[in-house]
Amino acid sequence: MTASSYTDTVTKRLAINTPQPAAKRIRGLSDRAIAWLFISPCIALLLAINIFPLIWTIRLSFTNFKSNLPNAPVRFVGLDNYRDILSDEDVWHAMQVTAHFVVWSIALQIVIGFGLALLINRQFRSHSFWTTLILLPMMLSPAVVGNFWTFLLQPQIGLFNYAVSLVTGIDPSSFQMIGDVQLSPWAIILVDTWMWSPYVMLICLAGLRSIPDYIYEAAEVDRASPWRQFWSITLPMVLPFLMLAVLFRAIENFKMFDMVNLLTSGGPGSITELASITLKREAFEKWRTGYSSAFAVILFVTVFGAANIYVRVLNKVKQR
Amino acid sequence: MQRRSRWLSGAASMMLAAATLGMFGGTEASAQSKQLTLCWAAWDPANALVELGKDFTKESGIEMKYEFVPWTSYADRFLNELNSRGKLCDLIIGDSQWIGGAAENGHYVKLNDFFAKEKISMDDFVKATVTGYSEWPKGTPNYWALPAMADAVGWTYRKDWFAKPEIQAAFKQKYNRDLAPPKTYAELKEIGEFFQGREIDGKKVYGAYIFTERGSEGITMGVTNALYPFGFKYQNPQKPYDMQGFVNSPDAVAGLEFYKSLYKCCTAPGLTNAYMQEGLDAFKSGQVAMQMNWFAFFPGLYKDPNVGGDKIGFFANPAAKTHATQLGGQGLSVVSYSDHKDDALKYIKWFAQPAVQQKWWQIGGYSAANSVVNAPGFPKSAPFAKDFLESMGMVVDFWAEPTYAELLLSMQKRVHDYVVADKGTAKEALDQLVKDWTKVFKEQGKI
Repeated sequence: MTASSYTDTVTKRLAINTPQPAAKRIRGLSDRAIAWLFISPCIALLLAINIFPLIWTIRLSFTNFKSNLPNAPVRFVGLDNYRDILSDEDVWHAMQVTAHFVVWSIALQIVIGFGLALLINRQFRSHSFWTTLILLPMMLSPAVVGNFWTFLLQPQIGLFNYAVSLVTGIDPSSFQMIGDVQLSPWAIILVDTWMWSPYVMLICLAGLRSIPDYIYEAAEVDRASPWRQFWSITLPMVLPFLMLAVLFRAIENFKMFDMVNLLTSGGPGSITELASITLKREAFEKWRTGYSSAFAVILFVTVFGAANIYVRVLNKVKQR
Repeated sequence: MQRRSRWLSGAASMMLAAATLGMFGGTEASAQSKQLTLCWAAWDPANALVELGKDFTKESGIEMKYEFVPWTSYADRFLNELNSRGKLCDLIIGDSQWIGGAAENGHYVKLNDFFAKEKISMDDFVKATVTGYSEWPKGTPNYWALPAMADAVGWTYRKDWFAKPEIQAAFKQKYNRDLAPPKTYAELKEIGEFFQGREIDGKKVYGAYIFTERGSEGITMGVTNALYPFGFKYQNPQKPYDMQGFVNSPDAVAGLEFYKSLYKCCTAPGLTNAYMQEGLDAFKSGQVAMQMNWFAFFPGLYKDPNVGGDKIGFFANPAAKTHATQLGGQGLSVVSYSDHKDDALKYIKWFAQPAVQQKWWQIGGYSAANSVVNAPGFPKSAPFAKDFLESMGMVVDFWAEPTYAELLLSMQKRVHDYVVADKGTAKEALDQLVKDWTKVFKEQGKI
């Protein structure tokens, strides 16, 4: 067999084995059309369950509609709902509670999560076992976590109070984490930190493992101290990962509902009433659909706007 | 040939089996069409209703199916169902406060014609329950429900602890009177303070259990039991929806302050968000001397092996300036979106019979029929019957307006903020409540 005939044979075989363009298989349709055909169900679904409700919510936010009064006439109220929300003391209180919860829970989760990641990143015996154990809380359902922490924090039978009593010597029933005005905001932060620090740890661990060893080796050659290595290598290189963790946790905690609702129901009084709990009460207990739609739009714009600004900052940090 | 005949016989068997299945399936389908779904809360009386319903099935051939939801999500679940015009419930035992909304929004079938046709008279039922559960607008003969489960807030106490000679002696020494079920709120507080932190049978116990729940209706249903006797009024009797000076009157302020003082002095730690079930748990576990709760639970408590029988006693809500208690209970309505309205009406007709009402009371329900509660033997028919009867004669209900949910949630917030979270004063809480309620009624066009 000559070289040219061999090439011909290979070319023919390749031609036979190469799949036909989809358009040839489905006669009359271009590749682009077929691509649209395949993604159209997904787009239709997205429009139906995501975009349409959003547009509908925006529309409702300009009305006085109440879903428990279906026969009542629906009136266009312009920006009244938005004005009412922005001048409502209770809403501002809920936003303050949410801000307190978001800031403190994220700060603690970052410190604890990063600390755990630094510990777990060291190779030691049974390190996989400890990693799995630490990750357990984030695998639980928030409903489960809310329920069992309610028992743990119970002043008469709760293990938490007994543990504090063991360390400090004070009477376990002399303080209540969930029912006390001063302690309850910290109780929800404590439980959220317990649940989500492992998640931050996981992201930080990915960051730590992405740092090439030769950088540390070079630093050691230059006789850089471990502290110096941490500030000059570890922290800057993990920073984009940390910022990503902050973004994810901030968005999640801004929307937090289930765990806090089960733990405190927003109480005592309204001390732990997050914005999402206020929204749920307005929408599905007071049935102020128009008002709550406006509130939902405000919350959405807040999260969306803050996240966008944050992503820009994140990109700048990455580029450095 | 043989192979073919085998195939044929196999096919014939399969067809026969399919036909048989179809036949049974058809029977099942026809039975299912004779089925009613009744929606209510998941609690002790619901079990009694299931038992009672077996008689209806026996008589009518209509199967009863039940949809029971825990109290904490009862309103959310069923109001959502009604608002979305769902067909889940053919019959619903809806809370008394729903009646305005359910009537005005067409969720319930109006029963006047049916009552007239079947000769069911509302005069045969306790007046307070007819007003509370059936009428809308209140005080008019427009009926949307049959009084089904009469209820009010009452109290239980540990009769065995009260009877202990050393306890009796200590109480007498401290308060210079005998330890007995309280007649007034002042007495109740004294007893609560007396028991608070005391050791009985080697266990630390607490004075009283009261409602403090924040999420649904708990603290409102508790606090009103102090507000009404102290003189709180929802509105000016001469001018509807005029609340200034009534909701926040000095008497109402005193009532709210009293409830907070009771919460502070005499409850167990951690009961900051507690309602019916937590009360039952506290009482059954021997933690509290007195418990505020709905009469509906008292038959179950009386049967409790640990704290029931001789160990438990009952009393009606104590008095202050006047004597009143919070109305509970529900009416039985036909859901207008049901496909089985005729069968549902048959159930109501059956349920209204005096004999059925009598059995309802006997097995753990609370009948609102005069034939039952006004019978000579009724006060002695159960240890709590006398107090129940007394309570039903002095009940007051929360707003039953179509916007009751907004009104309720405002009150939940304001009183919980004051009583549990120590926010502001009682006067400020009630002033704020007047503002909230005025806003709701203005939006509704009632003011």
